[in-house]
Amino acid sequence: MKYLLLLIPCILCLWVPFYNAVEPRLAGVPLFYWFLMLMIPVSSLFIWLAAKIEGSDA
Amino acid sequence: MIDKLNWTATAVFILFFVLVSVMGFVASRWKSGNLDELHEWGLGGRRFGAWITWFLLGGDLYTAYTVIAVPAVVYAIGAYGFFAVPYTIMIYPFIFLTMPRLWNVAHRKGYITGSDFIYGRYRNKWLELAVAFTGILATMPYIALQLVGMEKVIQALGFQGEGMMSHLPLTIAFIILALYTYKSGLRAPAMIAFVKDIMIYIFVIAAVVIVPAKLGGYGAVFDAAAKVYEGKPNQGLLLAPAQIAPFITLAIGSAMALFMYPHSMTGVLSASGSRAIRRNAMMLPAYSLVLALIALMGFMAHAAGIKVANPQDAVPQLFLKMFPDWFSGFSFAAIAIGALVPAAVMSIGAANTFTRNVWRPFVQPDISPAREGSLAKLMSLIVKVGALAVVVFMPTKFALDLQLLGGVWMIQIFPAIIFDLYTSWFSGEALLAGWVVGFVLGTYLSWGEVAWVPTSVVFGYGAYNGVVSVAANIAVAVVLSLVLPKTSGEVVPSDFEDAPHAG
Repeated sequence: MKYLLLLIPCILCLWVPFYNAVEPRLAGVPLFYWFLMLMIPVSSLFIWLAAKIEGSDA
Repeated sequence: MIDKLNWTATAVFILFFVLVSVMGFVASRWKSGNLDELHEWGLGGRRFGAWITWFLLGGDLYTAYTVIAVPAVVYAIGAYGFFAVPYTIMIYPFIFLTMPRLWNVAHRKGYITGSDFIYGRYRNKWLELAVAFTGILATMPYIALQLVGMEKVIQALGFQGEGMMSHLPLTIAFIILALYTYKSGLRAPAMIAFVKDIMIYIFVIAAVVIVPAKLGGYGAVFDAAAKVYEGKPNQGLLLAPAQIAPFITLAIGSAMALFMYPHSMTGVLSASGSRAIRRNAMMLPAYSLVLALIALMGFMAHAAGIKVANPQDAVPQLFLKMFPDWFSGFSFAAIAIGALVPAAVMSIGAANTFTRNVWRPFVQPDISPAREGSLAKLMSLIVKVGALAVVVFMPTKFALDLQLLGGVWMIQIFPAIIFDLYTSWFSGEALLAGWVVGFVLGTYLSWGEVAWVPTSVVFGYGAYNGVVSVAANIAVAVVLSLVLPKTSGEVVPSDFEDAPHAG
């Protein structure tokens, strides 16, 4: 489960065909850019969840 | 030489530079320890908590060169330059899993470098040497590129010079850096990193708010950039089909290579515990966001109508055009100081590695701790002089090519370092053979008629040479480990686990 949580953001940000598009834009920013930028805090969140699940000291 | 100097910007620039230089010297008294010992000088005594590590690693990994180079690629070709974002996203889950294990074993056994760990694992000093050699070789051009980043902003201040004189400001800055690194060790960049990172955050936030506001919003920025790329192959706001596989493999390969560099490991091992490292895996992505925003400045430069022959000048020129002089000076100071932190940590990492894993095993096995410390200090000076010589005497392109190859080389120690955190199944000799194969193959693939190339075509898809060659490396290591005898080192599985709670 921990490994799955850590893998999800990696797969999402590497799955290029999924986000290689201009529309929909967000505040004028094409999907390609806002999606990748959104994935940064999302990956943090997944790491935090993995730490919670593992019960590791973090 | 200084006729065209922008005096306001230069004054602000020098003010901040002097401030951090003083901090660098004062840092020797911070969390004081015996700076004659290598783990005190070269790892700050392993006393950096989560916050200090955050600033230090952030300053160490997101370098001045990155601040110049990433938007330069975006400026030149668009979406492809954004590979830095998935790259930095993938790093942190990886750090979260592996680096606490490395810290634990290093702390228990007194390891200071990745090569120390490899030697402890296999008692194979040739594999230790291979890992050390790779790290030092890849670090040298990386330090040189920090200087290139610094020189870009000094030029943007309006400084011009002929021949040797053109490198004068850079040389002065570097001598100061060398002196305080010599004196204070890792404490100096750790302390400077606070100032540097805060300055970078200020300049980035100001830039991403003010510049698009002046240019008519983000929609207008992207539209203007799209027009510039229009009709040019492999340029644009989106990835061309042929760019997708190289984009993915470059991101994966760069992520695998980053934490193999001596300066990354130095940053990790100087943390006060595995907890501080896990915390950082969650908090460091804040810097990735900054990097992404900096990358967007490549598009802003197009929207602002900046036309430069060398894409690396795009961001400095954007600032000069969009901001008052004092703020340009502030931003340039942030970038220049941003070069000092990684340059210091890199030279310390390389010096630690040379002293521990080249000098000690091969020249002077019975070296005393005090001698070890003084040798590393001396090495940090030599490494910096070498990097300066590269910048002054060789074309910049040479450093760029070497840096590109550096990633391909660095990734070759990934199997040895990372697999060994989990298993002792591999044979040291097999890993060494894999390293040789990967190193030669990666270098061969990158060799081009006119220039070094980062990707090759494999099975019809473009792929990053680092990933292709490390796959061969791993295959060789696995096959040979099946037949070669295994030696056991001093490491046991429990060495990788967190220490039990003390209350």
